[in-house]
Amino acid sequence: MATRLLVAAALLLIWQAAAMLAQSRLLPSLLAVLQAMWAETRSGALLLNLAITMARVLVAFTISLSLGCAIGIAMGRWRGLDLALDTLVTMLLNLPALVLIVLIYVWFGLTETAAIAAVTLNKLPSTIITLREGARTLDPNLAEMAQSFAMPRLRALRHVVLPQLAPYILTAARSGLALIWKIVLVVELLGRSNGIGFQIQIYFQLFDVTLILAYTLAFLIVVQLIEWAALQPLERWAMQWRR
Amino acid sequence: MAALGLDLHVALKSVRGAQGEIHPVLRDIHLTVGLGEMVALIGPSGCGKTSLLRIAAGLDADFTGSRIWHGASAPRLGMVFQEPRLLAWRSVRQNILLAQPAPDPALADQLLARLDLAARAEAWPGTLSLGMARRVAIARALAVRPDLLLLDEAFASLDPDNVARIEALLAETWRDRPIATLLVTHDRAQAIRLADRVIDLAALSALSPADR
Repeated sequence: MATRLLVAAALLLIWQAAAMLAQSRLLPSLLAVLQAMWAETRSGALLLNLAITMARVLVAFTISLSLGCAIGIAMGRWRGLDLALDTLVTMLLNLPALVLIVLIYVWFGLTETAAIAAVTLNKLPSTIITLREGARTLDPNLAEMAQSFAMPRLRALRHVVLPQLAPYILTAARSGLALIWKIVLVVELLGRSNGIGFQIQIYFQLFDVTLILAYTLAFLIVVQLIEWAALQPLERWAMQWRR
Repeated sequence: MAALGLDLHVALKSVRGAQGEIHPVLRDIHLTVGLGEMVALIGPSGCGKTSLLRIAAGLDADFTGSRIWHGASAPRLGMVFQEPRLLAWRSVRQNILLAQPAPDPALADQLLARLDLAARAEAWPGTLSLGMARRVAIARALAVRPDLLLLDEAFASLDPDNVARIEALLAETWRDRPIATLLVTHDRAQAIRLADRVIDLAALSALSPADR
């Protein structure tokens, strides 16, 4: 923890020093960015847009993770389904995010549903592939044990299957969050009239790097808080039996 | 009506090899395990003991023949695999409770105490020695109050004290209620000591008590 704080402090110091040396509107100092952040917070704009973006992130994250887990596990277990969907998943994985977003907006309109769908579809294939890999590593010996004791389906899923998949689900969640918030910003930039992505587009047009960095920094702080407050405790809890 | 218990007939059980060739493992085996009876299967490794046990458990339906349980309802199975097969992410106690049709903590704790595992009830299975893990697997199989108890080399890597402890617990369990038990072992002395009948799978001959 101490090392991490030290590294973070060093990075911020380097930033501040570089900005003071450069004296350019295009590289505002840390202090200027923090001041802008504070001003935007007091006006309410920062928190509102942050909340809107986070809401989109969470909805898309939840849908893509649960759907991706279900499809991925099913594909890992049933060879027929794997063969049927494999090409589609690979295509979706390699389709550029931008193409998918533009097509969905064109076909379904510039709506909230379309925005969420575009983000979800971008994240879905990598979750499917991660969980398919996980489902393939499930221990057949433990499945046989559960079968021999006639464990009810739900009990076996919760106590036998899901704990084996926990590392894969956590990997998908962590990389998912990172990917999703990047794509949410693009979706907002292209077709929504609020959210961090939309704000950044405005400040890009104004060449206001200070505000761009203010919004980015605010978002990075929130994402780091999620990592510390949710993902890492969850990981420790799921992996406590390992030593 | 046939006697209560398991009635197994394996006309042919074969497995597919790496090159797709088919090896017969078991042929023309007739095996009955009556309720209240203990049958020991012995034989050198590779003679099909585990295959036969898996068929007896109903885990392997890929054979020609029949597996019939004569009884009021389908038997409740208590299975001890060759490896402990515990859930590493659940405590020892949880491992036992989860195998039971309905959690019965009193019975679970009683069995753990009988097998000298009470102090480790809340431990993760990964912290146990192999011998302890085996005892947990035995406790788990008994904790379901089985009608059909299948033990696959359950006594391997256990010290004599613990073998005696388990043998005593099994004897007590059999006294309490009738169970059809099939024990796979390579320890002929133990088989003769515990079982009502000893079947040498390699010789395909049943030794009657008079032959011992």
